Amino acid sequence: MLGLLASILDGVLIGAVYGLAGMGITLIWGVMDVVNLTHGAMIVAGMFGTYLLVSAAGIPVYATLPIVLVGGFLVGVPLYWIAVHRVIGQPPLMSLLSTFAVNLVLVGLGTAVWGTDLFNVPASLPGFSMGRYTFPGTHLMAAALTAVIAGVLYLFLYRTRIGKAVRAVSANREAAELVGIPTARVLAMAFGIGVALACVAGMLISTMFPFTVLSGDAYQLKSFLVTVLGGLGNPTGALVAGVALGLVEGLTTPFVPVSWTLVIEFVLFVVVLIAVPGGLMQLLRWRRS
Amino acid sequence: MTILRRPFFWIIAAVIALFAVAPSVGNNVELRENLLLAAVYITLASNINMMLGYAGYVNFGSIVFFGLGGYFCVWLMSAHGWPLLAALLAGGCAVSALALLFGLGILRLRGVYFALATIGVNEGVMAFVANFGPWGGSSGIYLSPMLFQPLGGPARALWVIYYLLVGVMGLSLYLSYAVKRSKFGLGLRAIGQNEDAAAVLGVRTPRFKAAVYSLSAFLPAIAGGLYFFKSAFIQPPDAFDLQFSTETIVIAMLGGQGTVAGPALGAYLYEELRGWLLTSPTFSHFQLVIAGVLLLAIVLFAPGGLMGWLYRRWPRLRDYFE
Repeated sequence: MLGLLASILDGVLIGAVYGLAGMGITLIWGVMDVVNLTHGAMIVAGMFGTYLLVSAAGIPVYATLPIVLVGGFLVGVPLYWIAVHRVIGQPPLMSLLSTFAVNLVLVGLGTAVWGTDLFNVPASLPGFSMGRYTFPGTHLMAAALTAVIAGVLYLFLYRTRIGKAVRAVSANREAAELVGIPTARVLAMAFGIGVALACVAGMLISTMFPFTVLSGDAYQLKSFLVTVLGGLGNPTGALVAGVALGLVEGLTTPFVPVSWTLVIEFVLFVVVLIAVPGGLMQLLRWRRS
Repeated sequence: MTILRRPFFWIIAAVIALFAVAPSVGNNVELRENLLLAAVYITLASNINMMLGYAGYVNFGSIVFFGLGGYFCVWLMSAHGWPLLAALLAGGCAVSALALLFGLGILRLRGVYFALATIGVNEGVMAFVANFGPWGGSSGIYLSPMLFQPLGGPARALWVIYYLLVGVMGLSLYLSYAVKRSKFGLGLRAIGQNEDAAAVLGVRTPRFKAAVYSLSAFLPAIAGGLYFFKSAFIQPPDAFDLQFSTETIVIAMLGGQGTVAGPALGAYLYEELRGWLLTSPTFSHFQLVIAGVLLLAIVLFAPGGLMGWLYRRWPRLRDYFE
């Protein structure tokens, strides 16, 4: 019984990081109606960025976080101008294909450089013991950092002028343009933030699990699941949904072989899409009113 | 038969004849292998085009049909001793039925949500097959060389497989053509342009989408059966190779989505490009990168693809091509 509880709690810690990755997708999706299919590749970019910074430059693992965050933003903004800006407002097919094309390029470069070998980032922190079970320190640290980043993002979106501009563009682009908000630049910035969140999520995952160049697909699927579960364009919902997904993973791992996790998550994904397209948050709100 | 008077019907027939005859002259095995891959590409691209080009629904996991068809065929032959043709047909029907089942579920989703679900279908099916005991799990199924005997030994069997694949390719092109000219195709293209308006005008959108999803599964499944029968073994990473899926999309976009001739043209050009890249020492590792750059350039600058460009250059081509 205690084992199950420990498994669930550990799942929740990991789930928080899924939530962070989901926030990256949901922000871009909500603001500009673009599904960022480079997300998985960006998560992997965060992983390998951390790996390089730690192994080649000798920077302590957790000190790479700000570098990865800023790096992700600096990659995301030009990417918006190259691949996304021209397809804004076009049928969804076009933005799907253009971000997908960028994903191909990134994954292709990654496999050409690193192959498909398994990598890991050496990170160790003292764990927290509960009876016979020990929570790895890296998992606790990842969840704590996720909470901090989510808090900062919340303050940014709701308390600063630029954050308000982002929300205004998300609500109604034409109206935002009319009141003098430079929407194209706001969109570019939102895309940059979304990519930065993906990279940081990748950095945190790399401290917990080994990874390959192709790991992105599985985490991208989890991020989409978290996004639809939490409701489109709702960062708080994404975080809650991430924790919920982690909880489900923690609940199933003692009983089901790990290789089935993806099948279960996919079924969950389709069921949620069909049954509650507005996400769990909408369901809660609906119940309350 | 008015269709016999259409030039495009005879253009397709000429292409099939060329595929069938060219490698037979002088027993040119190398040419046959190249054309075999081209025929697979044309089959996959023509079928994805019915979703992507006509209905405007992008299917990132179209390779699931190909892989599952391969699995059904190989499994029926090795475990149950079915003859090739029966196994192929059964595989095609099974995958089509499965696609209809999936389709009725995920095609209630629209646009972006559908695209996301197709990525999930691929990941989910691959994970399922990798854990599925009767199909050998992650180690796959190997075929005994004895199974080539009924076709007259391995050397002749390869020719039989090639001709069958060319037949499947021809059927794909005619199917794509027939759908485009039918009322069904008109409904699909209405969905592609504006799904709400199409529904208001009486197009039964969920049913149409499920039907085309299932239809576009049939021939790729048979092609998959032939392809994996030829290589005599099948494993999840080969059967559900996402690279194949993505190449198919690149091909359809390169040739011109929504046209019948486009995917065939795109497949041939991509095959040539790929052959050149594989032999070039600098670029052989960067095939995916180049496919990605190509796709991005098409999406951003020439969404009509090659056929779109040709039509603009010579508008009279529209009388001969579809």
